[in-house]
Amino acid sequence: MKQIIRLTVNGDVYEVAAHPWRTLNDVLREDIHLTGTKKGCGDGDCGACTVLLDGRAVASCLTLAIEAEGFEIVTVEGLAASREKLHPIQQSFVDEGAIQCGYCTPGMELAALHLLSKNSDPTEEEIRAGLSGNLCRCTGYTKIVSAIKEAARRLRADRPA
Amino acid sequence: MSDNSVIGKRVPRSDAWAKATGSAQYADDLSLPGMLHGKLLRSSLPHARIREIDVSRARALPGVKAVITGADLPKVKYGNWRLVPATQDEYALAVGKVRFIGDEVAAVAAVDRETAEEALDLIRVEYEELPAAFDIDASMAQGAPVIHEETPGNISVTRNIAYGDVEAGLRQSDYVREDVFTMQAVSHAYLEPCSCLAQSDDQGRITLWTSTQTPYIVQCLLASVLGLRENEVRVIKPHVGGGFGGKMELRPWDVCAAFLARLTGKPVKFTMTRHEELATGRRRHPMRIWSRVGFRKDGTLVAKDFRVHLDGGGYNSMGPTAAFLVGNFGAMLYRYPAYRYEGFHVYTNNPPAGAMRGFGAPQALFAAESQMNMAALELGIDPIELRIANAMKTGDEIPDVATISSCAFRECLEEVARRSDWKRKRAELKDGKGVGIGCYSFITGGVFNWFDTQYPFSAAEVRAYSDGTVHLLTMASDIGQGSDTVLKQILAEELGISMKDIQITAADTAVTPKGDLGTWGSRVTLMAGNAVIEAARQIKEELFRMLSVRFNLNVIHDMECKDGMVRVKFRPDRGMKFGEAVAMAQKSRRGEPVVGRGTYTPRDMGLVTPTFSFGAQVAEVEVDRETGLTRVEKMFTVHDCGKVLNPMAVEGQVEGSIQMGLGYALCEELVMSSGRTLNASFLDYKTPGALDMPAGESVCIEVPEPRGPYGAKETGEGPVSPTAPAIADAVWHATGYRCKDLPITPEKVLRGIREIDRAARHAGDRDR
Repeated sequence: MKQIIRLTVNGDVYEVAAHPWRTLNDVLREDIHLTGTKKGCGDGDCGACTVLLDGRAVASCLTLAIEAEGFEIVTVEGLAASREKLHPIQQSFVDEGAIQCGYCTPGMELAALHLLSKNSDPTEEEIRAGLSGNLCRCTGYTKIVSAIKEAARRLRADRPA
Repeated sequence: MSDNSVIGKRVPRSDAWAKATGSAQYADDLSLPGMLHGKLLRSSLPHARIREIDVSRARALPGVKAVITGADLPKVKYGNWRLVPATQDEYALAVGKVRFIGDEVAAVAAVDRETAEEALDLIRVEYEELPAAFDIDASMAQGAPVIHEETPGNISVTRNIAYGDVEAGLRQSDYVREDVFTMQAVSHAYLEPCSCLAQSDDQGRITLWTSTQTPYIVQCLLASVLGLRENEVRVIKPHVGGGFGGKMELRPWDVCAAFLARLTGKPVKFTMTRHEELATGRRRHPMRIWSRVGFRKDGTLVAKDFRVHLDGGGYNSMGPTAAFLVGNFGAMLYRYPAYRYEGFHVYTNNPPAGAMRGFGAPQALFAAESQMNMAALELGIDPIELRIANAMKTGDEIPDVATISSCAFRECLEEVARRSDWKRKRAELKDGKGVGIGCYSFITGGVFNWFDTQYPFSAAEVRAYSDGTVHLLTMASDIGQGSDTVLKQILAEELGISMKDIQITAADTAVTPKGDLGTWGSRVTLMAGNAVIEAARQIKEELFRMLSVRFNLNVIHDMECKDGMVRVKFRPDRGMKFGEAVAMAQKSRRGEPVVGRGTYTPRDMGLVTPTFSFGAQVAEVEVDRETGLTRVEKMFTVHDCGKVLNPMAVEGQVEGSIQMGLGYALCEELVMSSGRTLNASFLDYKTPGALDMPAGESVCIEVPEPRGPYGAKETGEGPVSPTAPAIADAVWHATGYRCKDLPITPEKVLRGIREIDRAARHAGDRDR
């Protein structure tokens, strides 16, 4: 039987009627119509479905929607402050050429946000380790790594001393 | 060319904003009111006759709106090789027989996915299992099961290339070597699983949004399968999450979605799971390559005999092209006075192979480049010097096949040797470390019209408006490689406007001009780029006429579109804003809009391609002698892609190619057992992750290609091929073990090292 599930996504509250076995990924994409979160495998292997739960990166395809109640959920749609002003991670992905087909991009950006929230000045090795749950088939990761390095620099510069 | 405004610049992708914010829509992101969800029932057996299908229980399930089988669809076979109808061997849903595990048998449309899945379980298929063949030898053996009745013997396609006297050449050679190489099946592993959404409109027309790299091919073939006329099908390409050759055909879900949408009157969506993609999806052809090559003592190539068997799986797919191209690439890079190629595309009861990035080149060049390295060793010539001595040059001809219209291969070899410190490392690296080389060449678009298109190979329409904006319409298909961006760059350069002033529609077969064959064979920049230039130049001519009248110009004056102006060269005061000039042109035509139309069809360019890219790559590896694990530390790549139109995009292609090449070399393999794919998840099918990637240096040697827009040629596929032979060579250099059967797994390396050690001990025993 369906249950009412109350989710806080990007600061907005949504109430959806869904079966308790429905994944957060399906509810975000199909019930709330936030299709920026992708589904690349449904097994938790590729990271395209990454979202943040209270700041922590999780695979939304392995998370039941019902488990996400009570958490602050952030999806790619919640990253930019406005249409005009992208989040520094997004802007760096654009500027550095870190995006090709774009299917891994939302997950990569959220994995990067999780990483940079814990480590504001990661080494290249730390960035690569931080992306180890996210697959990309287009870029060879090179420009994604440099975009995250650049985003870290911009975020540090933005932060009041 | 130095005063280009946007050509050659590091321009960010024009769709990057949409992709960075998650607003870019891919096929599975789309939904329509009342939409039904489709699911496919697939064969559980590799080869079987279908005796009966009972769908009654599935149809009776509440929420199920339709269930169809091969008996419901028109009996029309399809396949990309429309030029040779005998190669078109697929039904969307099986008729009479299934030929691989995963062959599509029935389709369901239901109110939600769960109901559709439940309905699949209620379909009863009664099979009569048939003997099956799972490799090329079993399939070609006497008495092998016949997979398609029309093809006794199971060899569906034979392709040949021959020039010079190979027998005489090999007889006269001072040194001849013969090797056999094999390559595994690998997956495209694009991140976006295939998906489509079909709607039947009030005119009875089908609109299909599908994850494709070839909208026009899908339009034509879907129409033929449904018994419609071409233009009663409209195909729209949304954003596509990678293709790499795996999305260039009409697929069963396209047909089923369209058919079910007509049947139910509701939109129908199908989205594949990753398991379906890996277990049943198209893959790169496993091949066995036998190669015999002869040299003179001084290293000059004399002749080569190249014979290839391709495991095509249950259907032809793009196999007829693969069976030609592998032979073409077997004789690329070097001057072969005599060459003979025979290729056999063999049906088996494995999932069908199709086109995949590099298409024939990764296999051919793993064999050819590995053999070159082995020959160099035995001839006592440095592998790079051996290559330079035989390297193709601009103007070389491949008899009856192609002319090399630009080539910087020699320069690539010299540069990669210098950058990688080749000579020193080859001489001095310690045991367990090694460097190796592999080279590549690739086509820039195909010339051979296998699709039998009745339209130009590429077309562009440019509409210029008096508000200063321009609309570019083309069927050229961006699947992530960045063609929308590069075409906008070309148009902005030609018209002297900003890329922000350009809107692009690509592709919607109802509005974008016919035709374009889509994204494959690294064709888009050259073919669509040339079409865009032609369209833009028509517009410029018209605007120049306005300028000439407006300023009463002397006929000798030269004009330009630049900085948003249409103006006299060196007299910027005599100019109009672009939009003003358009307005004037429109007035002069009594309101008719200003439109340019350009096309491109390669003519008089041989059989293969307008032009080839070239390049060389050096891999530096460390091999752990305890575990057999190969770690690639650095890749040096030097690429001849002609003029670089967007360095960021070219780098992205090379870097991405290295990831795919690395996987092909070391860790990617669809592991098969009696036709079943055993590792159909990303947990078990390993593509290299961020931590697996080597550091890299890549540079381009920019020799302008006369046939390319601004001198550009391909960059998307060539660089995927050298990585495996380069790594195999480096592993040999590090350990003495030479791998001739991809992938180079730790098990093979350990076994190889042990055999070498054992042989050395025996030799030691004998010496004592």
